[in-house]
Amino acid sequence: MKKFLASTVAASALALMLGMTSVRAEDAVDPNAKQGGAITITYKDDVATLDPAIGYDWQNWSMIKSLFDGLMDYEPGTTNLKPDLAESYEIAPDGKTFTFKLRHGVKFHNGREMTADDVKYSLDRVTNPKTQSPGAGFFGSIKGYDDVAAGKAEGLSGVTVVDPYTVKFELTRPDATFLHVMAINFAHVVPKEEVEKYGADFGKHPVGTGAFKLAEWTLGQRIVFERNADYWHKGLPHLDKITFEIGQEPIVALLRLQKGEIDVPGDGIPPAKFQEVMADPEQKARVVEGGQLHTGYVTMNTTMAPFDNVKVRQAVNMAINKARVIQIINGRAVPANQPLPPSMPGYDKEYKGYPYDVAKAKALLAEAGHPDGFETQLFAMNTDPNPRIAQAIQQDLAAIGIKASIQSLAQANVIAAGGDKAGAPMIWSGGMAWIADFPDPSNFYGPILGCAGAVPGGWNWSWYCNKDLDAKAAEADSVVDPAKAGERDKMWSAIYDKVMEDAPWAPVFNEQRFTMKSARMGGADNLYVDPVHIPINYDNVYVKDVQ
Amino acid sequence: MIAYLGRRLIQSLLILLGVSLITFALLYLLPADPVRQIAGRSATPQTVENIRQQLGLDQPFVVQYWRYLTKLVSGDLGRSYIQRSEVTELIVSRLPASLLLMVGAILCELLLGLSMGLIAAVRRGTATDQTLMVASFVGVSAPQFVVGLLLLYVFAVRLSWFPIGGYGTWRHLVLPSLTMGILGAGWYARMMRSSMIDVLRQDYVRTARAKGLARRAIIFRHALPNAILPVIAMIGIDIGIFMGGIVVVESVFGWPGIGQLAWQAIQRVDIPIIMGVTLVSAFAIVLGNLVADIIAPFIDPRIKLR
Repeated sequence: MKKFLASTVAASALALMLGMTSVRAEDAVDPNAKQGGAITITYKDDVATLDPAIGYDWQNWSMIKSLFDGLMDYEPGTTNLKPDLAESYEIAPDGKTFTFKLRHGVKFHNGREMTADDVKYSLDRVTNPKTQSPGAGFFGSIKGYDDVAAGKAEGLSGVTVVDPYTVKFELTRPDATFLHVMAINFAHVVPKEEVEKYGADFGKHPVGTGAFKLAEWTLGQRIVFERNADYWHKGLPHLDKITFEIGQEPIVALLRLQKGEIDVPGDGIPPAKFQEVMADPEQKARVVEGGQLHTGYVTMNTTMAPFDNVKVRQAVNMAINKARVIQIINGRAVPANQPLPPSMPGYDKEYKGYPYDVAKAKALLAEAGHPDGFETQLFAMNTDPNPRIAQAIQQDLAAIGIKASIQSLAQANVIAAGGDKAGAPMIWSGGMAWIADFPDPSNFYGPILGCAGAVPGGWNWSWYCNKDLDAKAAEADSVVDPAKAGERDKMWSAIYDKVMEDAPWAPVFNEQRFTMKSARMGGADNLYVDPVHIPINYDNVYVKDVQ
Repeated sequence: MIAYLGRRLIQSLLILLGVSLITFALLYLLPADPVRQIAGRSATPQTVENIRQQLGLDQPFVVQYWRYLTKLVSGDLGRSYIQRSEVTELIVSRLPASLLLMVGAILCELLLGLSMGLIAAVRRGTATDQTLMVASFVGVSAPQFVVGLLLLYVFAVRLSWFPIGGYGTWRHLVLPSLTMGILGAGWYARMMRSSMIDVLRQDYVRTARAKGLARRAIIFRHALPNAILPVIAMIGIDIGIFMGGIVVVESVFGWPGIGQLAWQAIQRVDIPIIMGVTLVSAFAIVLGNLVADIIAPFIDPRIKLR
């Protein structure tokens, strides 16, 4: 029986050649890194929770990653998967059984060793409806999930503890994204005794295996992390302490950064100050720019006339002047021509998309039977810059005769309108736009373009449902063999090309990330625009002014 | 007196009940679905339904409201949807900061407002009077958001006299208190001025003047104590204006009080926190008014409690 063996991506080929069951080179630690020191990060809003089963915003996402670990993770600053608490894994040829060998001697912050029982407990917990985890659905491919979700079983029958250092997952279908699922926060390992001790307040008293442990949490004021001296990954983390100061407006945070009082403003550079910062060479030198797994788009409700006509949707795609929209956000984005962002595997570099062509757009509208255009509504979130972007799109649409009135609403109201089949003809997704949960092309399909999301309360706001594409998506996701990842990416490219032919969206731009830091912060630039850690990869950065 | 107190207490309870019902109903009618906010964008419809059931949000309005009320009676404000902590804990941890800001703001507004009103009354009809009254008008009308940012820019960023936002020392307290105080100072200046003018017209002041007392002594010994009392009685009522102001001022200055908590909760449709802060604010306002009414007859014997 052929088995796929893997550890770090680089080592996997070697492992196969040597026929070894586990090979794992310890991740390189930056030789220039200095040990010690403390940094300060600011945020406007309170930190919601540090429970990995529950936290689901960009503020706590990265903090949780530093307190907890999962079986899988990504190489710092990249989207390359690597085993983390697992030392190695095996995938059965049918793609339905994953077996993970755990690292020995990993300890929770309370001193107890982490074992396979903890892995099983953590997954049973996150899928249990009583936990109210927003991420429960990610584990839908594990055998027994439906029973747990329906409250008929307490544990996942598909997760088996083979021995204290081996855990086996059986899936109901081959799932190429499963290793990514094991890397998301919802799959992080928690100790049962601490969860039971604190109950619903575990999120305020997090205990994990991560590089940092929680030292202080003063509600509404600050959270302090201190270095986990027993961290299993030798040489990490570099910092002794991270202080998160809460309740600081982004504009105030920037002023404090300029005065040298803080190190990273967690909410980023306020848009109103962006040009000023970038015009000053000294400040600009401390800004790191990177791609982001994000696409901003306009949805068109394919079940509502006249957007049920593909020609109308294509006309809208050709009418929007993306370059001008990007100017509105001070050039903090690149134009998008397909659902996937450029840094996502499966992005089709050859695909050119719809050109900006007003004459052709008008001709398409005429062909669709609307030579004089029509009236419609464009929904948008009411926080800056979204209303301004909506106005630019409104003007572009007016140029081809479409008179769109803008409905500028609170985020929750726009989401509600999008989830109602007769709710919104067009929505500008800004402020709610899709940012991938994990770097895999499938992540941009299911809930936002697949039939599963085209339900009341769903996120498929164009109500686009192409059964043929759904089947192709399922086929692509059953290609589990990591060696065939390239082939699978091509299958996904083809799916998105077809989506663009049907044009349920007009992709507008992919936002870039800009992280500003103090002069004393060190480490490779990609740690400051890490695709899965926002704003920065806390475990790997360091400060230069120690010792 | 006791009958009066009993009646006022029952009235206050009814007001609080009304506030809770109206707020609960408004939040219920909101087109936003809190469950989808909690569940996030990747949740399956099943996850969404599970969470809705867990939170009891699948129940009809009357059932939800009744459940809320019965818990409220035992002091349980529920758990935040987003932060997943006890609302009582969140509010209690933030109340001291808000109370401190309130004390600071009241000090600022009394100090500024009373002295402005006093000077204006004494210099009635002069350019000083007019300037002060225009200033008080500006103070009353200026948006606190703008005042806050201006003070922050001038005194914290440019002059570095005070820290740029935050909480902890008395220096952190100055600018937010001043921002809140400027609004109240405007009101107090106007009230103090008219109250003082009233008093200065009284016979006993004329008598004092006829006795040949010094102007300073007349104003500070005879007129001021009488003019100031009705103004002080307004502090209780002031709490209402204060509760509105903290939402803005605490957000601008990063002051960790319940105003900031409310503002964050509103943005995230975190209904239990919105309800909790609304009720606590309503309670403070009702209490302030009650106290103001009860102490009024002690200050001014012409007022009788009935």
